[in-house]
Amino acid sequence: MSKHTLSVLVENKPGVLARVAGLFSRRGFNIDSLAVGETEHPEVSRITVVVNADEQPLEQVTKQLNKLVNVLKIVELEPSTAVQRELLLVKVRADRPVRSQVLETVELFRAKVVDVAPDALTIEATGTAEKLDALLRDLEPYGIKEMVQSGLVAIGRGSRSITANPALRLAA
Amino acid sequence: MTRPSPESLAQRAAAQRSAPPAATSAQTAPVAATGAQSLVKSLEALGVEVVFGIPGGAILPAYDPLFDSKLRHILVRHEQGGGHAATGYAQATGKVGVCMATSGPGATNLVTPIADAYMDSVPLVAITGQVARPAIGTDAFQEADIQGITLPITKHNFLVQSPDDLPRVLAEAFHLAATGRPGPVLVDIPKDVLQAQTTFSWPPALDLPGYRPTLHPHGKQIREAARLIMAARRPVLYVGGGVLKAQATEALRELAELTGIPVVTTLMARGAFPDSHTQHVGMPGMHGTVSAVYALQRSDLLITLGARFDDRVTGKLDSFAPDAQVIHADIDPAEIGKNRHADVPIVGDVKHVLEELIAALKAETHPAREEWWAQLNDLRTRYPLGWEEPEDGTLAPQYVIKRLGEIAGPDAVYVAGVGQHQMWASQFISYEKPATWLNSGGLGTMGYAVPAAMGAKVARPDAVVWAIDGDGCFQMTNQELATCALEGIPIKVAVINNGNLGMVRQWQTLFYDSRYSNTDLGTHKHRIPDFVKLAEALGCIGMRCESAEDVDKTIEAAMAINDAPVVIDFVVGKDAMVWPMVAAGTSNDEIQFARGVRPTFDEDDL
Repeated sequence: MSKHTLSVLVENKPGVLARVAGLFSRRGFNIDSLAVGETEHPEVSRITVVVNADEQPLEQVTKQLNKLVNVLKIVELEPSTAVQRELLLVKVRADRPVRSQVLETVELFRAKVVDVAPDALTIEATGTAEKLDALLRDLEPYGIKEMVQSGLVAIGRGSRSITANPALRLAA
Repeated sequence: MTRPSPESLAQRAAAQRSAPPAATSAQTAPVAATGAQSLVKSLEALGVEVVFGIPGGAILPAYDPLFDSKLRHILVRHEQGGGHAATGYAQATGKVGVCMATSGPGATNLVTPIADAYMDSVPLVAITGQVARPAIGTDAFQEADIQGITLPITKHNFLVQSPDDLPRVLAEAFHLAATGRPGPVLVDIPKDVLQAQTTFSWPPALDLPGYRPTLHPHGKQIREAARLIMAARRPVLYVGGGVLKAQATEALRELAELTGIPVVTTLMARGAFPDSHTQHVGMPGMHGTVSAVYALQRSDLLITLGARFDDRVTGKLDSFAPDAQVIHADIDPAEIGKNRHADVPIVGDVKHVLEELIAALKAETHPAREEWWAQLNDLRTRYPLGWEEPEDGTLAPQYVIKRLGEIAGPDAVYVAGVGQHQMWASQFISYEKPATWLNSGGLGTMGYAVPAAMGAKVARPDAVVWAIDGDGCFQMTNQELATCALEGIPIKVAVINNGNLGMVRQWQTLFYDSRYSNTDLGTHKHRIPDFVKLAEALGCIGMRCESAEDVDKTIEAAMAINDAPVVIDFVVGKDAMVWPMVAAGTSNDEIQFARGVRPTFDEDDL
């Protein structure tokens, strides 16, 4: 099994996310990560799904997704030709004696501090899953009090756009 | 993942936008209407003739304009009956069947027929009332999230948010139900949307940018398929229900006769190719003929047309047709490669596929494939369908069904429930024409027969419609006989009454050491219910037949009655079994012709 990132363009209507997410679970797929948001066209939303699957079942679930009436287009984004990012917010124990060391790590990963308390720092970082894992590993010894991660979002490299497609009726 | 060019997508999108709703009547200028009036006017404009339904609180506003409409509403006794009736109507005509129910329990009672229609790709539109918009999500009286409940069992569903959307949503629902791979579509309408003021105008513009079924097959795939067909030594036309849905039976016959290739018709495709045709080698699958099962197993090329490699056909999948290459034509791309790899995938309407294959193969000289035919003919001769007369002197159910088919003939419509009687009805009646065999194939819904027969009879009032039901199935939905009696829908019902849940009992005999746990229904032992009295109580004519010599005259007496529904209680033996049989989960090669009897195949010629 390997990880696949699917960009699913859907009509921005109520209930569409439930249809897409429900289809994955019904067909026995576990979603690793999921992120949804509007695109440059407000009537179109973009769902980025990361699934762990073999080629053949992935092809089947993609075909089933394509059958959903509200799904406009599905593109698999290859890691080599796409930019992939996740967002991490993490609250780290950082009282006086270790604060400068924590800040050094923040600096090293080009993360930033977004909230300060006497004994803790809240750090914001974006990057690939690997980078965020590495950051967490470095912060772990100080004590992670709480963390939250977004789903992965991805966009293809180069000037081509998957939403620039007349079939999406974006002019309407 | 296919990535069509932007140009081709643009063309398809343009075609989609300009496509009119399924059956548009003349253009209507905007008029003031309530949501309920807009709903009924939309149904009229869509060409709907009949709606099967039951009113209730949330759908009540719709029933007021319905009272004045030219639409026929048939008041059923249970929403499940309404759903199956709409399915029977659709299966008998190819038109969209329509059923209606109120919110909550009315809607949830439609779940079984909707799931049934989904599995068998039946064009169905279910209209349900919903609690008023402000009450949604509050656990209001008779509230159920029917849109959520039916997500996995509909082709698509709608919760109508504004009365202004009604004409468009209904036109979209009918378009989705009837085109591409047909299927059920649910339209859930809150009560206050039905009550609100709006304007009605027709036709609406469809807004389905993500829906673009592929109808025309790719020329390259057709050429490749034609090449494989010409090279094959043991080809088989594996025909599924899609051929009936596409109304492609004439084209199928033309291709079959052009190429001389043997044909098997699945349970969903019975009648797609005449049973009497010399090239028809039978139904494949768990209770298929030895010749049809063998034809698939030993084939070197399956020409799969609107079929889906269902487990009941393939048996143990990895031992199914081990030497065959596969051409798989289906309008649903997701069916191709789902269960079995396709060497030549063809996405398209099977009628177009057949026409283009015929064009590609017309000029060729087709081999006679004498060796292949000799093997299949040998099996047909040695292992014909049949049965042994019961030793206890009881009436053989197979005999009843065979005679029924012979007396009612190939123009009658036969509608089966689910179980032994269904398999016998598929085996022992000769189907010559499309839309003469209706059954619940995918979901296996006991109770399908009576209401579906009612729908078929409404659709085709001039046809003789026989429901062939079991005593178990019959007790699930016979309340619709009251509907038939009152609405003037004179169906005929043959209850193949063996006193037991027969198919389950057969499995208990074969796989559970004859321990008959909870399969005796008491319809023999106690005659509860007495089906003759029950029929009479429901306004039908009831008859009983208990011996072989009475079979013909009882059927003929029923055939002579055209002004009332008739129910015949055929009291048959409980030990009859359906053969041949491929036990669940085993290979098709393990087929038994009768209990403990394995056919011998002449392997030397292979």
